[in-house]
Amino acid sequence: MAYSDKVIDHYNNPRNVGTLDKAKNNVGTGLVGAPECGDVMRLQIEVDDNQVITDAKFKTFGCGSAIASSSLATEWLKGKTVDEALAIDNMDIVEELALPPVKIHCSVLAEDAIKSAINDYRVKNGLPALELPKSHH
Amino acid sequence: MLTFPIYLDNNATTPLDPRVLDAMMPYLTNKFGNAASRNHAFGWHAEEAVDYAREQIASLINCSSKEIIFTSGATESDNLAIKGVFEMYASKGDHIITATTEHKAVLDACKHIEKIGGKVTYLPVNDKGLIDLKQLEEAITDKTILISIMYANNEVGVIQPIKEISAIAKKRGILFFTDATQAVGKIPVDVEADGIDLMAFSGHKMYGPKGVGALYVRRKNPRVKVTAQMDGGGHERGMRSGTLNVPGIVGLGKAAELAKQEMEADTARISAMRDRLEKELLTIEESYVNGSVEHRLPHVSNISFKYVEGEGLMMGVKDIAVSSGSACTSASLEPSYVLKALGLSDDLAHSSLRFGLSRFTTDEEVDFAIDHVKEAVAKLRSMSPLWEMFKEGIDLNSIEWAEH
Repeated sequence: MAYSDKVIDHYNNPRNVGTLDKAKNNVGTGLVGAPECGDVMRLQIEVDDNQVITDAKFKTFGCGSAIASSSLATEWLKGKTVDEALAIDNMDIVEELALPPVKIHCSVLAEDAIKSAINDYRVKNGLPALELPKSHH
Repeated sequence: MLTFPIYLDNNATTPLDPRVLDAMMPYLTNKFGNAASRNHAFGWHAEEAVDYAREQIASLINCSSKEIIFTSGATESDNLAIKGVFEMYASKGDHIITATTEHKAVLDACKHIEKIGGKVTYLPVNDKGLIDLKQLEEAITDKTILISIMYANNEVGVIQPIKEISAIAKKRGILFFTDATQAVGKIPVDVEADGIDLMAFSGHKMYGPKGVGALYVRRKNPRVKVTAQMDGGGHERGMRSGTLNVPGIVGLGKAAELAKQEMEADTARISAMRDRLEKELLTIEESYVNGSVEHRLPHVSNISFKYVEGEGLMMGVKDIAVSSGSACTSASLEPSYVLKALGLSDDLAHSSLRFGLSRFTTDEEVDFAIDHVKEAVAKLRSMSPLWEMFKEGIDLNSIEWAEH
């Protein structure tokens, strides 16, 4: 299968690979997917007092599209408020990376990872977890 | 000098040997006759060429030239053998024994047999990829007419105990068919010594052209017959109709001749390169060979690199052409059924690469592949959350993964 130039670019030069201290209160961690399914994403956000995401990091086990989806997600997250981040839709990722239908699940996983990281942050800070729409894959 | 990408996917297909192309060329140009034309020189030349190819092939697998039925490839040969025997021997029984790691052409032909009322036993394999002979014996019933076990596996290269299987079949008066697509031309295959009754193989896995293959059908002790699966002019002793693919057959013949002449030298050289590749790649932490290393084709190595995903890894090793047991490329998320049959967990099956070397592979290419794979694995592990957890001593099985 041919990958889009953007997927190849993110794969070759992944943005924001790394690990934030998950013990910190202002860090939210989302771990989604499963090794048996061939993809696992860990996405982390660091949030300041104004609810702005100041840093985002990822690590992903998966195909090129999964790596690119999570790399792109961290790029988009930085500088956004938590509420703005919640509005990121998997189809935005599909469009930006020109993912083929068989790779849409990678973008879904990235959206799940964002929401899961935000929920982790919310729970840590005494806010109720948001009801997440049931995963569609 | 290296040219990229380096081809290491020779279980999928091999390049055409230039000497094979030279042999074929006249039959793609001025010697275009139909081998079935009996009344002019064009036909005679074509028939002569086909007869000569039959001899070349018969000599490679130690049979009579009359026992070779030309087909379009191994998939057709598999179908003709399984469905053809099932129909021809319907009065004797309706049960076939095969194994879970067979090629899809065999498994799907067997599923077809089940659909039309036959019974099929799918034998499991052990963690080395080998069937259990005792289980084979136990699976035999009064109704068993065919045992279909591949010679060597396409994904892991594991060679089944063919002589032992054929002895069991013979003792019980059952026909033995083997899909030998990956074995013929690579290792010595002798239908007499191996006790094979029917055998499928293909041109393009042995440096010959695509679109041509053969089915060996034994004529003596016992005389085997298969019901044709296509109606037509009654070519190939009535078992396979259709105008013969003369250039393809000439190519398959030449490929067989070269295989016979060069097998010993090729095997020594290729297996030394394979062993070096494998030894070097196994120095990577948490990497494992899949399948038996004792009973294995000389040119194949299937390795899992734990905590990296195969398709992502293939993208990282873009300068070499290999294949993966990861099924991310297909619509299903299921990894290789062969690796799963060997007992690999899904995540290890997703992490596998298959290397297939050839007559044309060079030491320089192997050196490059070793460095290239090592770099890619290191890079992907540096961004793998699973690798990080493993390094922190976290048991991945203790995590509740969100299955999707």
